[in-house]
Amino acid sequence: MSKNKSSVKEPLLRIAKRDSIEAYKAWGIRAAVLIAALIICGFIIFFITDLNPFKVYISMFKGNFGTTRRIWQLLRDMAMLLCIGLGLAPAFKMRFWNIGAEGQILAGGLATAACMIYLNSLPNYLLLIIMFVTSIIAGALWGLIPTIFKAKFNTNETLFTLMMNYVAIQLTSYFVALWENPYGSNTVGIINPATKAGWLPSVFGQQSFLNVAIVLLLTVIMYFYLKYSKQGYEISVVGESENTARYAGINVKKVIIRTMLISGAVCGLAGFLAVSGASHTISTSTAGGKGFTAIIVTWLAKFNPVVMILITFIITFLDRGAVQIASDFNLNEYVSNIITGIILFFILGSEFFINYKIIFRSKKQEVIK
Amino acid sequence: MFADVYNKTTEGTDLGEKIAVSMRNITKTFGSVVANKDVSIDIRHGEILSLLGENGSGKTTLMNMLSGIYYPDSGSIFVDGKEVSIKSPKDAYNLGIGMIHQHFKLVDVFTAAENIVLGLKEKGSINIKRIAEKVNEICSKYGFEIDPYEKVYNMSVSQKQTLEIIKVLYRGANILILDEPTAVLTPQETEKLFDVIRSMRKDGKSIIIITHKLHEVLRVSDRVTVLRKGEYVGTVDTKDATELSLTEMMVGKKISLDIERPEPDDPKPRIKVDNLSCINSAGIKALDNISFTAYSGEILGIAGISGCGQKELLESIAGLQKTLPGSSIVYTEPETGEEKQLIGKTPKQISSLGISLSFVPEDRLGMGLVGSMGMTDNMMLKSYKNEGFFFTQRKKPRALAEKVKDELEVVTPSLQTPVRRLSGGNVQKVLVGREISSSPTVLMTAYAVRGLDINTSYTIYHLLNEQKKKGVAVIYVGEDLDVLLELCDRILVLCEGKLNGIAEGRKTTKEEVGLLMTNLQNGGDTDEQK
Repeated sequence: MSKNKSSVKEPLLRIAKRDSIEAYKAWGIRAAVLIAALIICGFIIFFITDLNPFKVYISMFKGNFGTTRRIWQLLRDMAMLLCIGLGLAPAFKMRFWNIGAEGQILAGGLATAACMIYLNSLPNYLLLIIMFVTSIIAGALWGLIPTIFKAKFNTNETLFTLMMNYVAIQLTSYFVALWENPYGSNTVGIINPATKAGWLPSVFGQQSFLNVAIVLLLTVIMYFYLKYSKQGYEISVVGESENTARYAGINVKKVIIRTMLISGAVCGLAGFLAVSGASHTISTSTAGGKGFTAIIVTWLAKFNPVVMILITFIITFLDRGAVQIASDFNLNEYVSNIITGIILFFILGSEFFINYKIIFRSKKQEVIK
Repeated sequence: MFADVYNKTTEGTDLGEKIAVSMRNITKTFGSVVANKDVSIDIRHGEILSLLGENGSGKTTLMNMLSGIYYPDSGSIFVDGKEVSIKSPKDAYNLGIGMIHQHFKLVDVFTAAENIVLGLKEKGSINIKRIAEKVNEICSKYGFEIDPYEKVYNMSVSQKQTLEIIKVLYRGANILILDEPTAVLTPQETEKLFDVIRSMRKDGKSIIIITHKLHEVLRVSDRVTVLRKGEYVGTVDTKDATELSLTEMMVGKKISLDIERPEPDDPKPRIKVDNLSCINSAGIKALDNISFTAYSGEILGIAGISGCGQKELLESIAGLQKTLPGSSIVYTEPETGEEKQLIGKTPKQISSLGISLSFVPEDRLGMGLVGSMGMTDNMMLKSYKNEGFFFTQRKKPRALAEKVKDELEVVTPSLQTPVRRLSGGNVQKVLVGREISSSPTVLMTAYAVRGLDINTSYTIYHLLNEQKKKGVAVIYVGEDLDVLLELCDRILVLCEGKLNGIAEGRKTTKEEVGLLMTNLQNGGDTDEQK
């Protein structure tokens, strides 16, 4: 070969993007990584805390599946996270960086709480319908504001949606002070504890049943919306390339606004579920960072609502398991957070090995010099 | 002194004192594309060398290897007689080589002086005042005008270019490479630039200008090196060269390709463009008062150096480009003879007028197709709205994808495989197949065979000819003159956004079209029609 005159040295490691990978290989990598994470965590648990890692893992499992009550709590938490993830999916699929889910949840939650407080004399079914609708509208509007600015003035949606979170938190603080109950507690307290007006009713004796059912239904709807509807197709095209969208005769601004309305609306609905279906109160921590966690859910699932169920399960499982081992073994919560952190890090890291391959410098080329 | 580290051989010292840089037997490939093949050039101290060639002739690639952006596959580079290895732009700077790119690499919110020190590793804190003084010194030496404290976003294009040149000089460059420096300048600004370049030459610096504008080559440079299709053609002293001799070197001998060219059958005006002007995203007048008519049953070729308005012309017709007032594009319905104005309409409005306009854009995956989708989903890109109510109907697109795959022999693992994973030729077949399937009355293609192998190219020519026979008005933007000369009935030549002439495909010569491409005729066709 005529290459031997070159004095360039190939680097030891090179990273190249994979063209494609078979599904079984991808899942194989993910499974291997999960096992590796568990093993490494086992060592860390052993060396830091002197505990038997197996016992710790069993405790994590029990924390999630130990009792029927725990299972329902797991499902309820999953439903919340999944709902937000479903809200973010269309926006992120369109490459619109909506990191304002926290604010949109709070907007929906505030609307829900306001209805519960001011309209509690209405019949419960009517009240619930009004709450449902207003929470969706509130979330959609909260998502719409940055979108309008993006469409009209091309502002940066990442910063704008993020800042809207803080506006929502301040608004919530204001309303918490306004609705304070009992006086001086600096919390809203449980709303309508006696009448249970505006509480999502229990079904089959389970307070969380409706939460789970609503989100499951939404998952199916979102799956078909993104995959088979014309609007879902438009979202994919706009997300891939705005130029292609314009070429295809798609009104890009209209699609962006419509999609963000949907995204905000679903996040607002998550606020409704959190207030009406779970806590029955509102505070600045109602969203509690789930709006950010849901971003991980959406991306790891590559915007596929069905895969999102699996991801929300893993994240919620780890989260609840961490709380459990903290109380079982008298650990402080940081240790359990370290464990969930390591496992999440590995799962996220596995995507790197799925998308890229690592090429070592081959011996042959070294010989040439 | 810098070269000591890299110096492995001493050959090349016999090249003489006067040679500043010598590139020997340089070859560079990108995948299967050979960008430079065995190219050798010399640049002397205190001279202006023009590097001339058509698009894709490998000028910029060659210079990128000198400035450390690419590394040659084989061959060697000598600076002042010593062999060097330029692995990064930093290496190039250390050797006194600086390149001014076509697209400026400046930070908008910084001042001129801040941009100049950006990336410099000087010891101690940055003293903007001292830098500004040095900048002013350079300015007065060579005749630049720039305010070191002005923010880049307030600067004109010409000022930004000046800043880029100063940036390079500040770093002590003795060899300056300018990539198409006059492409963005007005004639007055060009004049100023040339003055500066000449005073740099007087100072003993070597300047390489990458260009395809013949008159500028003849005016400013001492010697001209010509590249064609990645290969070295020759070097001549400017004083011995003429526009014709350089054109001949650039375009080469005519190669016969045996592309069929049926006679147009009953041509009728299909698209009539009048006084079309537009301003592109960079704020430059990309089209200047263009008027022509495209007929049914003919292939109208559009030739020109790239970036001379081809993209804007096609996008204006497709409804994707804002045009200036006074522009007119009239479409004539083949059945009824009804005339429809296309200016101011979106692609959607054009198609709802019942006009079947097909467009194969230059950027296949960034505009014509959705790279992450499979063939089926790409087939319905323009038609998905017409089928079904809320949900998409994939039955017809799937059948169409099947048909395109079979008829054009698209190689793909499945109809669901994202098209970005297909090879360039297959991607193009998918795109062309879709555009032809809508039985268009106008078919526009931009660089339809770029990057394709010979067989696929002939498939595309054949498809275009079939459309022509069906009475479609075909507009073919191309870069290979041999193809344009054999395929097209007429060739419209754009030069710097102006219409520089329309040549008869059957009568014209390669030299004539080449001259029209590189040499703007004053008082050409466009002015006569005013």
